[in-house]
Amino acid sequence: MVQDNGKEITLALKLRVWRQRRGQPGAFEEHSLAAVPTSASFLEMMDMLNEQLIKAGKDTFAFDHDCREGICGMCSMTINGMPHGPIPGVTTCQLHMRNFRNGETITVEPWRARAFPVLKDLAVDRSGFDKVIQSGGFITVRTGSAPEANSIPVPKVIADEAMDAAECIGCGACVASCKNGSAMLFVGAKINHLNILPQGQAERDRRTLSMVKTMDEAGFGNCTNYGECQAHCPKSISLDVIAKLNRDYLRARVKEFFSSTGKPSKGGD
Amino acid sequence: MSVSSPSPSCQPSSIGKKVVMALSGLVLVGFVLGHMMGNLLMFKGPEAINAYAAWLHANPGLLWGARVVMIISTIAHIWAGILLSLENRAARAGGPAVDATRRATVASRSMPYSGLIILGFAIFHLLHFTFRAVALGDVSFGDDVYKMVVAGFTRPLVAYFYIISLLLLCLHLSHGVSSVFQTLGLRNERWRARLDRLALAYGWIIALGFISIPLAVLTGFLK
Repeated sequence: MVQDNGKEITLALKLRVWRQRRGQPGAFEEHSLAAVPTSASFLEMMDMLNEQLIKAGKDTFAFDHDCREGICGMCSMTINGMPHGPIPGVTTCQLHMRNFRNGETITVEPWRARAFPVLKDLAVDRSGFDKVIQSGGFITVRTGSAPEANSIPVPKVIADEAMDAAECIGCGACVASCKNGSAMLFVGAKINHLNILPQGQAERDRRTLSMVKTMDEAGFGNCTNYGECQAHCPKSISLDVIAKLNRDYLRARVKEFFSSTGKPSKGGD
Repeated sequence: MSVSSPSPSCQPSSIGKKVVMALSGLVLVGFVLGHMMGNLLMFKGPEAINAYAAWLHANPGLLWGARVVMIISTIAHIWAGILLSLENRAARAGGPAVDATRRATVASRSMPYSGLIILGFAIFHLLHFTFRAVALGDVSFGDDVYKMVVAGFTRPLVAYFYIISLLLLCLHLSHGVSSVFQTLGLRNERWRARLDRLALAYGWIIALGFISIPLAVLTGFLK
């Protein structure tokens, strides 16, 4: 956004930012920031704040970030109560300051969920997601020499559907937006991505049971169909993946219940 | 590395509890429809509703079969509901300082509260018309269900309590009926809006069907 005289519009902002040390209770700190360019991303605005704090000899705010182009899933922050801020379908790094008003007070908090404990300030421990992936979010293949890419044909419709689910960047906004701290959108996306592809069939049921079990153990809540996750997901993953996760889980449980023991029962015919 | 088989556990899974919620809810959803249609016989006159009541009591197998299924479903629904609510509250860890709800409906957010009030109402309702222990005075109505219902609703406070509780039931059903499909994996982006509308319509049909009776008594249409 450029004014007639060629100078960029800037904003003066009031910031309420969460300050917390690991294992200790946290609190909001208030800061003022002048001359924030509207073209800056939210993370660049946070960089400006940290530079201002460094110049004043104060402690900076810790926050997660990596690619800053919306694909890595590292950035987080709950901005005015909304994970990734007010614009649907974008990550915090792709949120630009032109979406805020001059003089506005912005509240910046970490992801809030029991399963995501605060490491420092705005950075939370999302290893609960890693545990879920480790318990089944993969396919087992022979390593050493890569298999021929086109040896297993994948129908276009299936490839598209798997790709829609694979769009999930694992940022955790679904958990942070859910009023139950539930990870069903994340787990649903990961399970759908693998369970519908031919390569994912062999481990389909075990994967589903195992990932749901790990999800429960990691301290995430239960889905009660609020739909907040879909509304806040930066990749707009839909609730369809949760319905399909429920369906796959039920199918796997029924199959497990009636699984063959491989042997005739004792004294039977 | 291969996916290890999870060991079977006695602790019900998150989805398991949701399925208990959905299936027990489905029984209750069916029950309220049957109950509401039976009640509408009030408008056909004392003979119709009294004959229906007599027929139910003449078939103890059917009556008690239905009652046992209802008691089991109700206990399962309450058990799963309380467990889910407590676990979810703990998992949320307080939530953000600023509330910025985007799409969660009032119905979805108030499920535990509407549910608890409906439970309280159901207990009162059983004491009122099944055990005939409260709010009916000292009159004995015997087999005259029609007379008992009319007498029960001539007290405005009682009638208002019924009406408010049934409006809450409408709210509860508008989220619950649609959620049954999601939990059982029978919903997608195309059907979501349709099922939400269906659930709302079902809630209103049930609530208005039930409410018509206290309202008819209050306005003097049923005497």
